[in-house]
Amino acid sequence: MYSEAVMDHFMNPRNVGSLADADGVGTEGNPVCGDVMKIYIKVDGEERIEDIKFQTFGCGAAIATSSMVTEMVKGLTLEEAMDVSNKKVAEALGGLPANKMHCSNLAADALHKAIEDYRAKKQAPQGAGQ
Amino acid sequence: MIYLDHAATTAVHPQVLQAMLPYFSDRFGNASSIYAIGRESRQALDRARETVARVLGARPNEIIFTSGGSESDNLALKGVAFARRSKGNHIITSGVEHHAILHACEYLEKWFGFRVTYLPVDRYGVVDLEALTAALDEQTILVTVMAGNNEVGTLQPIAEIARILKGRDIILHTDAVQAGGSVDLDVEKLGVDMLSLSAHKFYGPKGVGALYVRRGTTFWPQQQGGSQERNRRAGTENVAGIVGLATALDLAYANLASNCAHAQALRDILVQGILASVPDTLLTGHPTRRLPNNASFCFKYVEGESILLSLDMLGIAGSSGSACTSAAIEPSHVLTAMGIPIELAHGSLRLTTGLENREEDMRYVVDVLPGIITKLRAMSPLTVH
Ligand SMILES: Cc1ncc(COP(=O)(O)O)c(C=O)c1O
Repeated sequence: MYSEAVMDHFMNPRNVGSLADADGVGTEGNPVCGDVMKIYIKVDGEERIEDIKFQTFGCGAAIATSSMVTEMVKGLTLEEAMDVSNKKVAEALGGLPANKMHCSNLAADALHKAIEDYRAKKQAPQGAGQ
Repeated sequence: MIYLDHAATTAVHPQVLQAMLPYFSDRFGNASSIYAIGRESRQALDRARETVARVLGARPNEIIFTSGGSESDNLALKGVAFARRSKGNHIITSGVEHHAILHACEYLEKWFGFRVTYLPVDRYGVVDLEALTAALDEQTILVTVMAGNNEVGTLQPIAEIARILKGRDIILHTDAVQAGGSVDLDVEKLGVDMLSLSAHKFYGPKGVGALYVRRGTTFWPQQQGGSQERNRRAGTENVAGIVGLATALDLAYANLASNCAHAQALRDILVQGILASVPDTLLTGHPTRRLPNNASFCFKYVEGESILLSLDMLGIAGSSGSACTSAAIEPSHVLTAMGIPIELAHGSLRLTTGLENREEDMRYVVDVLPGIITKLRAMSPLTVH
């Protein structure tokens, strides 16, 4: 039911864990639905994703898409990373079973939330200074 | 492969296969034909019916052969509901039944105006008998409660339910699909009017089942056609399958004590080993009143499919109550009916032992499972890191 790439990312997930000094954190899904994905990013001076980690509760597809998205965007600019969609992550994995396309394919959304979190944090001190 | 999903299905026993084979080739006759090979098939059916009746403590003409557990359940429910509609429209079942029962009940509710009471269960999955007594009314025509649960293995107090119904004009059906081959199914001891079986759960072939219907129970056939099965289930009989069912049932009940002891000893290695080595784990189902081969658990902070995939990579076949639908991962209705929180219900694992399992295989499973759960928990944002 799963492609070889999915099974590879599931069994050998890349970038598992958290970043204590993350610049942005994004969470998507909820435990009641059976999938939770949390993405941590570290952003460098050129607005590039310098480091990224994930934690995921969920099925094989949820874990594999999380792992894949971290691999796809590491080193990209935030703008480039915003272009990586759930669909592109699924494609990079050689496709997902139809019933996994919605609930278990939210890793890019979690990443986008992490980027938004970073941007909001960056703006907050300026706002506070006025 | 270490196969630990005997509740899903079992391999056909070699003796069962041998008994079936001639009916695919030399003895292919239609049991309704008058010439020799037709009569041979008829005799094979008669013998199979006698065997099933003997195991159930019933009469041969009380046995109807079907295409499996789902058909037996549907035939029992719809057959009785429609036949007794003029007496009443109320059906009682439990919240932990197989979908073959639950969806048939929903169909009767939605399209035919029946009222269905879904009895609550306790945290072990045992039906609440006080709720049963309270639910009975003048309109109640049918009670259906499973003998043994397919997910958590809990045995239901069928004989007690029969006592509660005694003296009332109410049909008692039990789905004994999981209990078949594991539990004494004497219909007099159980006190049931109808009982469903499916051959592939006790080392028989898939796609063949039986329904016991106590003499005098009025029900309407649900499949129209020829006069097979004494006009109660039309269609040329699956002779090879029926021979397989009867041979498998006979074998299972001739060896009931030793088969159960084997399955249970292995099951206990799994339960004790896993509970001892994996923290934050719940044994689901009743601690003692459960099917001998069922070990089922919920592991906190992890999701069932990821456990199954990890086990599969090591050649271990198990199952989980969670099912991925298009919108979300659906937790098992059985676990949620038992009051298990949805997050925890997502982390379910069912391991069901059987004849070909060996003790060293169970030890291997107990050895590798903690590592799998640890790895998944290390990955989970729900774990308190
Ligand atoms: C309790 C119970 N009832 C009914 C069924 C359906 O049986 P079958 O698959 O033979 O239609 C099953 C099988 O999974 C079962 O476990």
